Amino acid sequence: MIGKDTLCGKIMSSIKTQQIELNMGPQHPSTHGVLRLILTLDGERVIACKPDLGFLHRGIEKLAEKRTYLQFIPMTDRLDYVSSMTNNAAYVYALEKLGGIEVPERAEWIRLIVMELQRIASHLVFYGSMALDLGATTPFLYAFREREDILDIFEELCGARMTYNYFRPGGVSRDLPKDFHAKVTAFIKKQREKLKEYDDIFTGNRIFISRTENIGVLSAEDAVNFSLSGPALRASNVDYDVRKAEPYSFYSKLNWKPQLGTAGDTYTRVVLRCREIEESLNMIEQALDMIPEGELKCKLPARLTMPKGEVYHHIEGSRGDVGVFIVSDGSDKPYRLKWRAPSFINLTCLEQMVKGMLVADVIAVLAGIDIILGEVDR
Amino acid sequence: MKISPDELLTKAAELKDSGFDMLEDVTAVDYKDRFEINYRLRNISSGAVETIKIDLSREEPVIASLVPLYRGAEFQEREVFDLMGIVFEGHPDLRRILLPDDWEGYPLRKDYVID
Repeated sequence: MIGKDTLCGKIMSSIKTQQIELNMGPQHPSTHGVLRLILTLDGERVIACKPDLGFLHRGIEKLAEKRTYLQFIPMTDRLDYVSSMTNNAAYVYALEKLGGIEVPERAEWIRLIVMELQRIASHLVFYGSMALDLGATTPFLYAFREREDILDIFEELCGARMTYNYFRPGGVSRDLPKDFHAKVTAFIKKQREKLKEYDDIFTGNRIFISRTENIGVLSAEDAVNFSLSGPALRASNVDYDVRKAEPYSFYSKLNWKPQLGTAGDTYTRVVLRCREIEESLNMIEQALDMIPEGELKCKLPARLTMPKGEVYHHIEGSRGDVGVFIVSDGSDKPYRLKWRAPSFINLTCLEQMVKGMLVADVIAVLAGIDIILGEVDR
Repeated sequence: MKISPDELLTKAAELKDSGFDMLEDVTAVDYKDRFEINYRLRNISSGAVETIKIDLSREEPVIASLVPLYRGAEFQEREVFDLMGIVFEGHPDLRRILLPDDWEGYPLRKDYVID
């Protein structure tokens, strides 16, 4: 400490300092798209952080009112575009609940498998981009290499690599390709080995740990109060997973448990997602043996109308609780469609998490929440 | 449950005390003659859900903000304000969130016509 009476102290106290406002984004590689954060800084310390959203807003909810129920399925792909299958699922399950549509057992098992594969693919993107944001390039390439296998499987399944449009009310659009089982089994085996490699190179790495441990801590109480959902919520030791709390599909027939963390910091969020990958692999392995022969889709009229009423259905997407609220007036178009986007709501607590942290920590915390701007802005 | 606008704060506080600790979703629907606003509150430990529905007049769509009780309401209420034009009294920072600040009109209202 410099004494106030010393020359140095006198000079220091005569220097005026001021807070500055810094724009992080919308063109910034670590904001994962077009997010702008307005940071108020005192030196390197963050005083306030106001996210500015909407650069990618396409008015999806309004567009839904102009489209038939079936025409809207491809648009759900474009919300959370690294987890399109779960978006398809959230919307289609809501329709099925509203219209009382039955799904053949074979189709339901296929859905469960592709949803879990999608979760793995999405968590791999998270893992890779997290590493990249913290300056580690290699893990990014590793994660995308493994994700490629899943994209290949999906491409064979439905012809697309990103925007699948695979779910249909009452089933799925296509049957499994011939070598699906073999490819998925091979992927599971490979991915289990790779997870150890991930730990060696990144999550067990001293630099990574010191950049993320005790960074962006959120208590369980705060996490719930901020309506956080998904892996970020579970990292704060809140045992809430929609797959367990309100089981849809066949999740209740599988042997699995939600992964929980205790510390609620960025490090826990990363490690927890790696554990979720492992758990998803276990689920897929169990589900592969359970697919029966049978129909893929139930028969529905080409012009699908929904009975008058409203419905809310939510599922555990890759980033959290994806909810779809539909109000139907009995026609073939939704009267109102609301998309509960977990990335959007999870951003609410960003300021709380980064207050008092350094600018470099903002990047780690933001990557740790794992947002996708397509879903934030809709 | 359906309640009147002035009951919201007391009802929400009651529910929060009885364990409904998460505000899961806020949605507004334009029924042409009125707005309806839906709150979904969840009890995280038991999984129970309570929905609150409130009718608001189209002429004066004003309702109390839930931010003092549930901080997760902050962005969700801003979104409803931005797209549906419902004003939340007591919100700490009620600005447009998805649309530009100088946007005219509220797109999710039924009288906002798109081609």
